[in-house]
Amino acid sequence: MELSRPLVVAPSPHFKSNDTTASIMLDVVIALMPAAFASLMLFGMRALLLEVVCIVSCVVFEALFNKVMGRKQTIGDLSAVVTGLLLAYNLPPQLPVYMAVIGCFVAIVIAKQLFGGIGNNFANPAILARVVMLVSFSQAMTTWSIPVRGAEGGVDLVSGATPLASITATGSVDGLSYMDLFIGLGKGGCIGEVCGAALLIGFVYLLFRRVITATTPVVYVGTVFLFSMILGQDPVAHLLSGGLLLGAIFMATDYSTSPTTEKGKFIFAIGCGLLTVIIRVFGSYPEGVSFAILLMNILTPHIDNLTKTKPFGGVKHDQ
Amino acid sequence: MKKLKILLNGLIKENPVLVLCLGTCPTLATSTSVANAFGMGIAATFVLLGSNVVISLLKKVIPDKVRIPCYIVVIATFVTVVEMLLHAFVPDIYDALGIFLPLIVVNCIILGRAEMFANKNSVGDSALDGIGMGLGFTLALMLMASIREIIGSGTWLGIPLYSGIQPMSIMTLAPGGFFTFGCLVALMNFVTKGKVRKKQKKGCAGCPSAAACAGAEKGECNA
Repeated sequence: MELSRPLVVAPSPHFKSNDTTASIMLDVVIALMPAAFASLMLFGMRALLLEVVCIVSCVVFEALFNKVMGRKQTIGDLSAVVTGLLLAYNLPPQLPVYMAVIGCFVAIVIAKQLFGGIGNNFANPAILARVVMLVSFSQAMTTWSIPVRGAEGGVDLVSGATPLASITATGSVDGLSYMDLFIGLGKGGCIGEVCGAALLIGFVYLLFRRVITATTPVVYVGTVFLFSMILGQDPVAHLLSGGLLLGAIFMATDYSTSPTTEKGKFIFAIGCGLLTVIIRVFGSYPEGVSFAILLMNILTPHIDNLTKTKPFGGVKHDQ
Repeated sequence: MKKLKILLNGLIKENPVLVLCLGTCPTLATSTSVANAFGMGIAATFVLLGSNVVISLLKKVIPDKVRIPCYIVVIATFVTVVEMLLHAFVPDIYDALGIFLPLIVVNCIILGRAEMFANKNSVGDSALDGIGMGLGFTLALMLMASIREIIGSGTWLGIPLYSGIQPMSIMTLAPGGFFTFGCLVALMNFVTKGKVRKKQKKGCAGCPSAAACAGAEKGECNA
């Protein structure tokens, strides 16, 4: 007799869950939507163009790579859509489109597929692509346009520095109130990171859907707050500027590149926070979120090893 | 036929950079531009040829116990000659190569060929081996440098190739070097269908530095 389905023998726990990769990724996309809306309001069609270009090219690169290498097609799990959207959020609004496409190539082909696709990548593809682009196209990646209230009530774009660059240069955020920083008006930055309010809505949605736990974002942001206060910086300004909220909520919580256990997440988030502040305050780059997360991504396997949990009823092995 | 094989060995089958993975440090450091890579490759080839010939001539004279210092003295002599020649005739390349020129002394390709080949073979064969290995090194270096210079600076040998698209300067930095190196080693394995790697014996016998390693026969190194 031939079995129509193979019998799967697996150890307990025999939980069944309706979660699939695609459903989780769909939740992340939904959680990212408020920020997409905010970017459209603040930066106009240019932001939408970059988002669409990044999503389309990420999906196309993944499909092509799978086709060429003869692997199973994986674009249905929506992870390429999330990567594309996150990468677009990490780009300045006036970036030339071809650079965004190169970034998508780095994210999908080099950071993700060459290492075996989703779940096997050692670093967050969007973060790695951003860092590669920052080092490669440093001028284009640090040319910002700032949304300011226009004369007729709309939003105008002017070029200028980000709040973090102002902090580095002058020690203050250049006359912006905390509310400005929170909403994103009058503040330069990448298209998805400027509006803290929209990112927080996404955070609440992810928590509500139990896609992520609060540990990593809260500890990460808390570490940055405390450490920048100890160093005599304005902690609230540090918290609301740059890519901290975007990174802490959406990129430091990536399943395959962050530790599994809660204890591990705690260590991971503290490391991210410390590195972020160190780079912001002492480094030559004004922003350090992407470097911090990338460096902690590399340490993730070691954190996982150090925080292995004991199975219930298990005996600790003597080394 | 056998002579030709010795000469061609270094190009693909035992390419020092892409198959034996020797001399990685100068490879990564000097393949930022094609001109530098060519200068480095030719300089190393000259030293390799000279040291292989002299060491092969002296193989009966050099006592086994102090052979490594003797080889280094011979190699250092040729490196000094090359250094002075480059300084006198092509100061641009001399400046660009910087510290990596004197470091040819400790380039493991050269010491490796002295240990593996020149001290066991005739002068003619050693010379051919030196030329073959040197050309293999130069070719691998030029290939890497071409990729890195075209993507990283938008030029080839200083000639601008495209405009309108900004080159990715990360390719001329260390990450781009490692990335290109990895891709080329993978390509090499793909082109030779992994034969090169599979043919090598496992363990110490297959190690490229087995001949130079005191513990090789006992399997003592844990590399």
